[in-house]
Amino acid sequence: MVNYNKNLQKNLWAGFFLFPSLAGLLIFMIVPMIASLALTFYEWDPLIPTRFHFLGLQNYQTLVKDANFWAALRHTLYFIAGYIPLVMASGLGVALLMNQKLAGRTFFRGAFFMPVISAWVAVALMWSWIFNPKFGIVNYLLSLVGITGPAWLFDPNWAMPAIILTSVWKDTGFIMVLFLTGLQSIPQEYYEAASIDGARAWPKLLHITLPLLSPTAFFALIISLINSFQVFDQVWVMTQGGPAGATTVLVEQIVNNSFRYGRMGYAATLSWVLFLIVFLVTVVQARLQKNWVTYE
Amino acid sequence: MNEISALAVGRSVSQVERRARRQLSRRLGKAILYLLLLLGASVMVIPFAWMISTSLKTGQFVLTMPPQLIPNPATLDSYRRLFELYPIGRMLFNSLFVASLTTLGQLITCSMAAYAFARLKFPGHNLVFLLYLATLMVPFQVTITPLFILMRIFGWINTYQGLILPGVFSAFGTFMLRQAFLTIPVEYEESAYMDGASPLTIFLRIILPLSTPALATLTVFAFMGSWNAFLWPLFIVREQTLMTLPVGLATLQGRWLTEWNLVMAGTVITVLPMLLLYLLAQKYLVQGFVMSGLKG
Repeated sequence: MVNYNKNLQKNLWAGFFLFPSLAGLLIFMIVPMIASLALTFYEWDPLIPTRFHFLGLQNYQTLVKDANFWAALRHTLYFIAGYIPLVMASGLGVALLMNQKLAGRTFFRGAFFMPVISAWVAVALMWSWIFNPKFGIVNYLLSLVGITGPAWLFDPNWAMPAIILTSVWKDTGFIMVLFLTGLQSIPQEYYEAASIDGARAWPKLLHITLPLLSPTAFFALIISLINSFQVFDQVWVMTQGGPAGATTVLVEQIVNNSFRYGRMGYAATLSWVLFLIVFLVTVVQARLQKNWVTYE
Repeated sequence: MNEISALAVGRSVSQVERRARRQLSRRLGKAILYLLLLLGASVMVIPFAWMISTSLKTGQFVLTMPPQLIPNPATLDSYRRLFELYPIGRMLFNSLFVASLTTLGQLITCSMAAYAFARLKFPGHNLVFLLYLATLMVPFQVTITPLFILMRIFGWINTYQGLILPGVFSAFGTFMLRQAFLTIPVEYEESAYMDGASPLTIFLRIILPLSTPALATLTVFAFMGSWNAFLWPLFIVREQTLMTLPVGLATLQGRWLTEWNLVMAGTVITVLPMLLLYLLAQKYLVQGFVMSGLKG
C-alpha cells in the first residue's frame, strides 16, 4: 500500500513536470503535424469559408503536373549540388588549419563564427549590397583584374551561384566547429604511434585524421543536407525567387501557396513531399555510410 | 685518420643541414598556415566591415565607383534617419521582448520535461520520448500551414502571443538538458530524498544548480534562434508595430532599395547584439551549435 502510494505520487510528479512541455508540443507541433497530413486531402482557403472540399489524392496529382513544383525542386537540387561540396570542403579545410598549435585561435574562431550567429536576413542584405552589379565590391574587385562582373542577383544564370556563395560563406564556421569537435576526439596515441613509425604529415592526414573524422563528416553532411532542402530566408530576401523564376525553391512554393494564394491544402501537400524527400535522402545516406564511414 | 674525421665532419654537416632544412620547412609551413587563416578570416570579416562602412556614409558617397572604403565624412546620420522614418526602435524592442520571453519559456518547459525524462520513470515514458524524437525529424514547414490556421482560430494573428508561444516549446532543448541531467550522480539526490524532500525541491535545489553550463547553453542558443528567426514572424505579423528586426529589415529593402546606407544601418542594429552575445558567451554559443549538429 505504501509502495502503491509512492508510485502514484511519483507519477503525479512526473505529470506535473511533463505537462507544460507536452501540452505545448501537442498543441503547437503534433496536432498541426497531423492536421497537415489531413489537409493534403482537402482544398481549403480560410478567407473563403465555402471553399472547403475533400479532394482525395487530387492535390498530389496536381503536384505531379505542377511545373512550378518541378522548377522549384530543380533549383533546390542545383543549390544543394553547389552548396554541399563547397561548404563541406571549406569547413573541413578551416578546421584542419585551426587544429594546429596556433596563436590567436580565439580570434580566428570568432571571425569564422560571426556569419553563423548573424540573422540570415541581415546576411542576405549585406551580400545583396556586395553583389550589387554597379556599385558592389565584388564587381569592383573583378574590374581591378579586368573582368566585367555579371549582374549577379539580376542575372538568371548568376543569381543561384551568388546565393550559393553567400550560403557557403555563412555556414563555413558551423561546419568548422563540428569538424573541430570531431578532430579533438581523435585519440592522440594514434598520431604518436605513427610518428614513431616515421610517418609524415600527409600520410597521417590521409590514414589517420580523415578516416577517423568520417563519422563527423557524416553528421555534418546529414545536417547540411536537411538544412539545404529547407533553403528559404536568403532566397526570399536576395531574389524572391527571381529573376524570371530562376531561383524559386521548395519552401518558397510552400510559403507562397499558403501565405499568398490561400491554397492551404496544396501548401501542406508540398510540405509533406518535401519531408518525404528529406526523409528518403537521409535514409539513403544512412545506408551509404557503411561504404565510407569508419568507426574506431 | 684524416679521412675518417673528414667523413665524420661531412656527416655532421649534412645532419646540421638537414635539421636546418626541416626547421625552415616547419617555419614555412607555419607561415603558410597563418597566411591561409588570415585570408579566410578576412573573407569573413570584410563583409561586416563593408556593412559598417556603408552605414556611416552620407547618401552621396554610397553609390560611387570606385567605392569609398573608409567613409569620409563618417556620420551617424543614416541611423538617425532610420529611427525617424521607420519604427526601428519599436522593432528592436519587439526582438528583445520576444527573444527574452521565448528563452525564458524554453528554459522552464524544457528543464521540467527533461527532469521528468531523466529521473521520474513514469509509465509510457519511452513512448512519449519517441514522440519528442519524431517532432525533431519533421521540418517546421510541415507544421507551419496548420499552425497558421490554428493562430487564426485563436485570434492570435498579429499578437505577441502568436509570435512567442509556438516557440516556447522545444524538443531539442528538452533532449539537451536531459543529457546534462543524466550526468549528475543520483547519490546527490538520494540523501535529500531520504530527508523527505519533494521532487520539486530536488529539481530546484540540486538539479538546476548543478546544470548551469547546459542551462547557459540553452539560454544563449534559444535567444539567438528567436532573435534571428524569420519564417514564423513573417507569417504571423502584419503590422510594423509588431515586427521583429529581421522581418522589419526585409521590408526595409523593398522600401528604399537604393538607400543602402539606411539598409546597412538596419543590418548593423540586427547583427550587433548577437556579436556582443558571442563575445560574452562564446563557449556556450559554440556548444549549442555543436549539440544542434549532433542531434541530426
